[in-house]
Amino acid sequence: MKSTRRSFIQKTALFSGAFCLGFDWFQANGKEVSMVQTTMDSGRFNAFLAIDPSGKIILYSPNPEIGQGIKTAFPVVVAEELDVDWKDVEVRQANLDTQNFERQLTGGSGALKHSWERLRKAGATARKMFIQAAAQTWNVDASTCKTSKGFVLGPKGQKASYGSLVAIASKLPVPTEVTYKNRKDYQIIGKRTKGVDNKSVVTGKPVFGLDIEKPGMVIAQIIRPPFGATLKSFDAADALKMPGIVDVVSFKNKVAIVGKSTWEVMKARATVSCKYDSGDFDSDSTHQKWFDEGMKTDKATVQRKDGDFAAALARSAKVVEATYECPFISHSPMEPMNFFADVRADGTVILAGPTQVPQSAQKAVASLLKIDEKKVEVELSKMGGGFGRRLNNDFALDAAELSSIIKKPVKVMWTREDDMGGGIYRPAARYHFKAGLDASGNMIAFYLRGVGINAGNATRQDNFPVGAIENVLVESVNQVSAVTTGPWRAPITNFLGYAEQAFLDEVAEAGGKDPVQMRLDWLARVKSNPVGKITYEPDRFIEVIKQAAEKSNWKNKPGIHQGFSVYFSHLSYVAQVADAQMVDGKAKITHVTAVTDCGEVVNLSGAENQIKGAIIDGIGHALFAKLRFNDGVASPTNFNGYRLIKGNEIPTINAYFVDNGIEPTGLGEPALPPTGGSIANALYAATKKRLYKQPFEV
Amino acid sequence: MSIQLTVNKKKMSLDIDPNTPLLWALRDSMSLKGTKYGCGIAQCGACTVWVNGEATRSCVLPISAVANADITTIEGLSDHGDHPVQVAWDELDVPQCGYCQAGQIMTAASLLKKKPNPSKTEIVDGMSGNICRCGTYHRIQEAVKLASEIASKKKTKSTVKKSA
Repeated sequence: MKSTRRSFIQKTALFSGAFCLGFDWFQANGKEVSMVQTTMDSGRFNAFLAIDPSGKIILYSPNPEIGQGIKTAFPVVVAEELDVDWKDVEVRQANLDTQNFERQLTGGSGALKHSWERLRKAGATARKMFIQAAAQTWNVDASTCKTSKGFVLGPKGQKASYGSLVAIASKLPVPTEVTYKNRKDYQIIGKRTKGVDNKSVVTGKPVFGLDIEKPGMVIAQIIRPPFGATLKSFDAADALKMPGIVDVVSFKNKVAIVGKSTWEVMKARATVSCKYDSGDFDSDSTHQKWFDEGMKTDKATVQRKDGDFAAALARSAKVVEATYECPFISHSPMEPMNFFADVRADGTVILAGPTQVPQSAQKAVASLLKIDEKKVEVELSKMGGGFGRRLNNDFALDAAELSSIIKKPVKVMWTREDDMGGGIYRPAARYHFKAGLDASGNMIAFYLRGVGINAGNATRQDNFPVGAIENVLVESVNQVSAVTTGPWRAPITNFLGYAEQAFLDEVAEAGGKDPVQMRLDWLARVKSNPVGKITYEPDRFIEVIKQAAEKSNWKNKPGIHQGFSVYFSHLSYVAQVADAQMVDGKAKITHVTAVTDCGEVVNLSGAENQIKGAIIDGIGHALFAKLRFNDGVASPTNFNGYRLIKGNEIPTINAYFVDNGIEPTGLGEPALPPTGGSIANALYAATKKRLYKQPFEV
Repeated sequence: MSIQLTVNKKKMSLDIDPNTPLLWALRDSMSLKGTKYGCGIAQCGACTVWVNGEATRSCVLPISAVANADITTIEGLSDHGDHPVQVAWDELDVPQCGYCQAGQIMTAASLLKKKPNPSKTEIVDGMSGNICRCGTYHRIQEAVKLASEIASKKKTKSTVKKSA
């Protein structure tokens, strides 16, 4: 049963000695809180907020946690408005529950933005009900009562714990209007809150996808074909004779080796041989040809057009042109892809494992097996990173299809080689920029063509400085390949941000302008007289730029070569200054200053982690990451050839946040796009060599 | 083939293919899943355990090579999750996704056994064989330092107690 927006159903239920209040935090408009039907009748416990008589508060966190800290940040907001002591809060991961939650996914850095109001309302509503319950008990006016750390305090020194008030509070009508705390009274929001799973992580307890064990479960690995190839035949005769091997089956050009233990499956797999058709499968040379063709074609899609670019370029005093290029790269979360599926004879399906989009997994598997979605249950495990890779449920589909064939519960495990060689990459792209400058060095014409391979629109046509430039033309070309792609942390902008910010550095240099002042001048223009549609707020841009320049001591550090970049993505603003130094004749990034405007910082500790992590991610991939293709096969496929950045290769990072109290926006991704640009510009300042390709050749 | 070894102070006897990497024996045969698979070629350090007290990559180490050895995994590092490294990791809020952290912690604890007061360079060098895709490196390095301070305080306390 679903609670409707207008009518609330309230319920208290005894669950292991605790009274539970269910609040529908996630109703579509976020404006109303109502008691929600818990599904405890069916043995599942989905209340969002439960308080037991000892005052212990249990909050369910619905969104998948991939290391971005949402499992901690969401409850922080509820606990703040509920006015409880953080140490009394226990957080649990909720499974997929489409009745009671919406947007139960991780992607696009959008969770806090989406749920901020709902979370506050859930906490504030409960708090108000406890006050009313206490006021009723003490026979005093509710307005004379206050709360503190899980207690209601009365006018004559009365004190009652929320726990002791649950029975009465839960019978009260749900208030429709609540007031929120003032920012200055925040006890938890904005402070450092440690990850709720820390203690479990440091003792090795969390159950990640690969750690899932279910009764009767078998383990499988899958051999996948080269991109574009068709499986002709396979020979598994030897494998089938090996100890622990249960079956070897084929579906959709894949061969699955099924056995009782990981090592037995690995050993058997090594003896399986597969034959594929031959064809003109992707190689690096294919991709280069597509880039060249895409740059020449007159059939590009116009994504944005302001003024008349060609005419403005023709009358420019100076033209700057540059081409930037990035390869396909793998997400490579530390936990390789895996998933558990049990397609049962009674027509129900249990899925379990790491996915950023559990509801899509449910839908996709239901569609694959041609069954009702309601028959598919999804349990969320802890996840060893995601970075966008777990937005694609190919692993869940493989597990479900295999389970339906072998009629057993199965955990499909990808080796690192499977994970890195198995597709869903950040698309490869080439960008060509042209800028026309007038006699004073001002940019009067700006052109960008992005050619991506399975990238869709490889540009983000409304990106600053668009809006400040009179004549703009942004075009995209998409080339279609058998190599599979998908969102990678800060999709498209993870490289486009670098290319744009590095190109603007060239524009500043050609125009004889300071990169910081040039941007500030443009933003002043946007404020007074914008060109076309504007998707960003110039004042917020200006603030992060000014703060970054100030905190980094911009261009005022003898012996230090600095590079600047600033980027707006996922509704947040990040300005960066990278410092490079010459060490033993080589340029090295030694420090990064980052100023972020993500609105209200919910958890300072988690926020710093996201900024520093994204910058390290950005540096590592700019310096090292590259997949090559030969005849449909990607290489390298493990960390010996595909380098991830290590602890002795990182600069120091100072992460600052603009304190403006605006409602929170994205944080998992926004610090990544400007990183390649700030470091490329710093390296240029040090070496006078522009870096046009990822990975850099420093 | 039956192989005897001690894991987290418990004597075990396993009937297992002697080529099975220790990692898979721990995970599949002993249900000790705190030790992680990351690469299978000793490149990332997620599978780090102690073999006779030495931090070792378990993903490439055949179980036959550790017959009669003494193995410590993350589950056995301390009885109550209060090893100085574990305390420091929580205190400085190191983990993001958490997947690599068991390997990081086993490496750090081993480093501190050998060098109770490591320099910044010793910490960076000692920890840089373990990959963290989330990029928690700064806090890892700070936490190793903090753990060494926690451990030295503990030591001082117990010395004081003894002498008192």
